[in-house]
Amino acid sequence: MSEEDDLDLNELDDEELVQQMHDDLYDGLKEEIEEAVNILLGRDWAPYRVLTEGLVEGMRIVGIDFRDGILFVPEVLLAANAMKAGMFILRPLLIATGAPRVGKMVIGTVKGDIHDIGKNLVGMMLEGAGFEVIDLGINNPVENYLAAIEEHQPDILGMSALLTTTMPYMKVVIDTLKEKGMRDDYIVLVGGAPLNEEFATAIGADAYCRDAAVAVETAKEFMARKHNQLSANA
Amino acid sequence: MLRELIDEQGWLLADGATGTSYFAMGLQAGDAPELWNVDSPEKVSDVHREFVEAGADIILTNTFGGNRYRLKLHAADNRVHELNAEAARIARAVAQESSRQVLVAGSMGPTGEIFAPVGTLTHDEGVEAFREQAEGLKEGGADLLWIETISSEEELRAAVEGAGTVGLPIVSTMSFDTNGCTMMGVTPQGFGQIARSLSPQPAAIGANCGVGAAELVATVLGISESRRDTIIVAKGNCGVPEFVDGHIHYSGTPELMADYARLAIDSGARIIGGCCGTTPEHLRAMRTALESHERGERPVIQDIISRLGEVSKLARGEAIAIQGRSTRRRRSQR
Repeated sequence: MSEEDDLDLNELDDEELVQQMHDDLYDGLKEEIEEAVNILLGRDWAPYRVLTEGLVEGMRIVGIDFRDGILFVPEVLLAANAMKAGMFILRPLLIATGAPRVGKMVIGTVKGDIHDIGKNLVGMMLEGAGFEVIDLGINNPVENYLAAIEEHQPDILGMSALLTTTMPYMKVVIDTLKEKGMRDDYIVLVGGAPLNEEFATAIGADAYCRDAAVAVETAKEFMARKHNQLSANA
Repeated sequence: MLRELIDEQGWLLADGATGTSYFAMGLQAGDAPELWNVDSPEKVSDVHREFVEAGADIILTNTFGGNRYRLKLHAADNRVHELNAEAARIARAVAQESSRQVLVAGSMGPTGEIFAPVGTLTHDEGVEAFREQAEGLKEGGADLLWIETISSEEELRAAVEGAGTVGLPIVSTMSFDTNGCTMMGVTPQGFGQIARSLSPQPAAIGANCGVGAAELVATVLGISESRRDTIIVAKGNCGVPEFVDGHIHYSGTPELMADYARLAIDSGARIIGGCCGTTPEHLRAMRTALESHERGERPVIQDIISRLGEVSKLARGEAIAIQGRSTRRRRSQR
């Protein structure tokens, strides 16, 4: 694909290679990311270190430029795809080595809404930040969310809507959680172009996330609070 | 057709919100409004009629999600032709009732799919989906096709090509909701340039939906900056959504939307309407405002901010979006 490449990743020292991974993630170069992950693993890097210093840090940079309007959805999707290719190699190794998990999230686009671009980005960026993400896809009635919560016991429930006609459905899901007395067991994050902070508050969500980068920051923040509460109560 | 009518009146008023109006009539969150074209046509007629009575010169059919990819969610992807033709018939019948000339515009929203090369939907698949929808709209009696809320250049090209196969005039608007650009990173100025190379050439281009009236007018300024030679559409949201008493409510007042209409004209738009949250009451205020408005000087961003509210950094000129290209070094350049 890149015949003009004169750079051999094997020749870079660890620090240069990690830098190069950040650049390659930024440019969405999937094969280069796979190669770099394998080289670092071959140099006896722990899978968790490859994840955090290579992929997570690289995606953090992508997230900043996305938030600041320098990168847009197409570039971030390419970056996320490259990140996923690296994750594909790392995931079984992370599980085998018992690497720490940041948190678990169930995410889906609400009933009637086909738009899953934003939701996919949030899912991929959260994976890039070390979360375990269960993606329910598009067009989810409340039953799907309940079943997934039951099965996966996530820390966070994420809902996305891109249309004025579907955003009220988020409230249907939250109200159902309340009825069942489950609302406070989970952090509920919502997002989507027509939403805003006030809307999120009004429907009873914990936070509105303007974009995927903000979603990652918010999810981390809530996880930190959750851990603090747990240790305070212990 | 649009050009002659605009020459006559100076501007045309397009309608307001359809989706938010249907909620008030009992549409459940998540259901497909397009099914009402067959199941509850009288409700669809009522919404059209209210907008015509409020002064709309153009009404948009209830077919925003009427392509096969969106209807598939409701297991109605085999009813594209029927639902679109019925919608156009309903709108046509309402338009005929009016003593004024009212145009029926066949609304065509995005597929919701991501187009190649980033996504999986091919250009040809996109063209085919929009062609199928356009044929239904034409059969039902649409005067023109109104492609709206598009984010990516690839989908824009496929939509215009597909719609173009039926030979009706095309209006094409994109939604600028992300830091002053579309979600996929198209700037207002960039859209103006891209539109030059569309085939067939749209009769009008512009912006719809997005994030409130102020940003919409700023977007119109951007489009008109790169294109003084085309008819420009402004169809902005009625402020921002709020949740009040279990319902979606948009923050914009009729007074704000009236001022939005005046500013849109001054910024270069000739077809003005409202998107999400715009009720007949808002539209009436916009009509009254336009009828008494003498086109003023082209506003600067500060005028828009002080009269309508805050805009994005890009619109303020504080951020330069770099489209589709990384600013970091690539391996081959090292």
